Amino acid sequence: MRPLLLVLLALLLLAPLFLPPFYITLLNFVAFGSLVALGLYLLTGMAGMTSFGQAAFMGLAAYATALLTTKMGLSPWLTLPIGLLFAGVGALVLGGLTVRLKGHYLPLSTIAWQMALFIVLGSWTALTGGHTGLPDLPAVSIMGFSFRTEDSFYYLSWAFALLAAWGAANLTGSRVGRALRALRGDAVAAASFGVHPPSLKLQVFLLAALLAGLAGWLYAHFLRFVNPSPFGLEASIKYLIMAVVGGIGSIPGVFLGASLITGLEEWLKDILPKVFGRTGNYEVIAYGLVLVVILILAPRGLWPFLERYLPHPTPRRPQGMGLPARQVQGLEVPKGEVILEVERLSKAFGGLLAVCDLSFQLRRGEVLGLIGPNGAGKSTCFNLITGVHAPTKGQVRFKGQAISGLAPFTVHEKGIGRTFQHPHLFPEMTVLENAALGTYARTRAGMLSCLLGTNRREEAAALSEAYRALERVGLAELAHHKAGGLALGQQRLLEIARALASSPEVLLLDEPAAGLRAAEKLELARLIRRLAAEGITVLLVDHDMDLVMGLVDRVVVMHYGEKLAEGTPREVQKNPKVIEAYLGQEVA
Amino acid sequence: MDWTIFSFLLADGLQNGTIYALLALCLVLVFAVTRVILVPLGELLMFAPLSYALLLQGQFPGTAWLSAAMLVAWALLDRNRLRLALALLLLAGVVLGLAYWGSHGAPGWVAWLLAVLIVLPMGPATYRLFFEPLPHGTVLVYLILAVGLHFVYQGLGLVFFGPEQYRPPALLSGEASLGTVPLPRQVFVVYAFAFLAMLGLYLFFTRSLYGKALRACAVNRLGARISGINPSEAGRVAFLLATAIAAVSGMLIAPLVNAAYFMGFLLGLKGFVAGILGGLISYPMAVGGALVVGLLESYSSFTASAYKEAIVFALLLPVLFWRSLRTLELGGEEE
Repeated sequence: MRPLLLVLLALLLLAPLFLPPFYITLLNFVAFGSLVALGLYLLTGMAGMTSFGQAAFMGLAAYATALLTTKMGLSPWLTLPIGLLFAGVGALVLGGLTVRLKGHYLPLSTIAWQMALFIVLGSWTALTGGHTGLPDLPAVSIMGFSFRTEDSFYYLSWAFALLAAWGAANLTGSRVGRALRALRGDAVAAASFGVHPPSLKLQVFLLAALLAGLAGWLYAHFLRFVNPSPFGLEASIKYLIMAVVGGIGSIPGVFLGASLITGLEEWLKDILPKVFGRTGNYEVIAYGLVLVVILILAPRGLWPFLERYLPHPTPRRPQGMGLPARQVQGLEVPKGEVILEVERLSKAFGGLLAVCDLSFQLRRGEVLGLIGPNGAGKSTCFNLITGVHAPTKGQVRFKGQAISGLAPFTVHEKGIGRTFQHPHLFPEMTVLENAALGTYARTRAGMLSCLLGTNRREEAAALSEAYRALERVGLAELAHHKAGGLALGQQRLLEIARALASSPEVLLLDEPAAGLRAAEKLELARLIRRLAAEGITVLLVDHDMDLVMGLVDRVVVMHYGEKLAEGTPREVQKNPKVIEAYLGQEVA
Repeated sequence: MDWTIFSFLLADGLQNGTIYALLALCLVLVFAVTRVILVPLGELLMFAPLSYALLLQGQFPGTAWLSAAMLVAWALLDRNRLRLALALLLLAGVVLGLAYWGSHGAPGWVAWLLAVLIVLPMGPATYRLFFEPLPHGTVLVYLILAVGLHFVYQGLGLVFFGPEQYRPPALLSGEASLGTVPLPRQVFVVYAFAFLAMLGLYLFFTRSLYGKALRACAVNRLGARISGINPSEAGRVAFLLATAIAAVSGMLIAPLVNAAYFMGFLLGLKGFVAGILGGLISYPMAVGGALVVGLLESYSSFTASAYKEAIVFALLLPVLFWRSLRTLELGGEEE
């Protein structure tokens, strides 16, 4: 992989020596397209959002630099941050309004935003020069050297494009990258491990807009002329097509797509008027068809077809120390202190009272079983504790602090880890990456640090911590396989490993043994005992009475949302009400 | 602004708002059943009056070729279901035949109907050819596909009809005056159709078993499937209904606002803005939103006519903000 990359870089570096100017101009456009499409890779390929308004962000930055350099005589290097600021503010407003809404609101509002900005650029003639545009932008120069020719500008645009690709690659493998990919798959699971979905979505939308803005600034100073037409909806779609055609899930795919579409565009401009015999905007038919056909026949783009022939790097086992242990206030606190308290909790879904006036206490260091027939409200109770649902009435307290009604990511950060009854894993990510999501709330690196790769040490520690969690549940050999290929029992173990990687004080296990074979159940029981011995407090929901009764210190029995009984396994097993609920009323 | 201008703009706003309401209804209908945001709806709307204009000039419209070609492609995809495939091929022939008849001296009102009939198969065929191959696509993938189709249809519209604007004859000519405001009689046809279409949809969805089945698909695809409803078929029906309403709307408004290949998209987009006002779920709110959009556009065209579209799209921002405040759900996850 690496030698290939070096050869490509060398070719790129030497291209102006052997390619005629026409192709160098095209390659400049490839670089601009790649920058915008890289933003879409982050936005769509990773976070599963999309935008039909990237060209508008380009336009904002391009017009900002055009106006400020020509009318106020500012240096292009000064207008670059100003242009980015414009694009950024636009993205923050548009994103801020839509990131909390369902997935399709953002793309739809970007269409509207794109149309509106385009109209303003074309109509506000006094400022923007209307459709005639603004001519005579100054050339970019560094210390007296001016990037006037397409050859010199070529190095400038590709320097930015490669820098952006490097940043995107750093981000992909990082903590934030994992969180973004998790968001696309399952926002509830991501939030349960400390990811704040709206904030992260807004950040990535902003980042994509900034990349587009950078492309807009380059575009303006390359042509040294701006007019509205390259910043319309059609252009936005063109960039989306670039990303989709190459493969929106990979960085090389983005460059592949940008090259192919830029080339296709030139070719179509030559060929189409001959086909239709009159001039007109016929490229759009081809664009649309390319997009539709690729999406239907090769939804992951063309890059995966090439990737097959490339050598795969062998994944390495993460080395080194894990993360520092969670700072638990006073581990010396005696076992038996109340750590989690559920008080008169009720939850109604419409007319259905799923949990009704439920109270129980979880003491530090114990394993508490929560059992009950199907539909008794056990999973709802879990979701109330972890913040997925807000209770209708009542309170949950963690170490004396009310946590009910808080968002899942806040609850998680306080030290509560959970598994899901139906595994909420990310099938496209490796087993190790899935487990590493558990360390999200224990690590700090932000978007910027992940982009620049300054979080290496923390990242290595996080991966090693995740690997250790995999070792504890016995999944280490599968660390580099995709989670989508795991059997159900393995998926449950991975759920537990992910929760362990978050180093929880309280671990909530929602039916961890369902679907496990007998031997796997024994293994699971041993694991839970070991965790309890290490001082982790466990709340366990399961149906398997042998497992639960042999494992737990105390049991709470739920029936139709209410607490039926509470006590040691022995007491509960003798309780006539429990026997009735499970076996039915004795016929007299 | 005096009273005359005010009422003139009011009439104009109501007329456009009604069109947006019809489009919003179609979009909500299609989205609810298939989760496709039908961006090319505006093109389907324009195809009908443009084809009508060509038929009246004695020309064979390209839309007939497109419609027939899509039916043939559909027949090829479903070649294993022989009877269906043959019926589709037959239908393709019929479409071409109708177009020939229409362009060779059919009376005006027949040509009117033929234009609608030519465009109609394109709706379900669009669903079959482009959306059914991806039964598990996300809203996002469908949206990107729909935008791609919009470009294809709009580009083909330019090929078929050229850049000219057409003004086909109205069903009811002449003007009536309401107070001091002169109104083309055709406007009343538009209102009547909008009323009937809405009433029809309401009855269809609340009274007929078939309509209820469609609603079931909208609520829960898997559940509907288990109860014996075929979601693909429901999707085709939704596309057919939407295309029918759009095509007839296009026929009715073209005499008022002209028809050109590029005009559909903006109409459709304003339908969206209206639909978003209703969250793409609620029909009455979508209609209310459409009237707001129409009136806003009309009054802003008086004060800042170059920016009227920009103002309409900017309306989205406060609406989204309002919706954003009301939503408590976690991020944009899909079911």
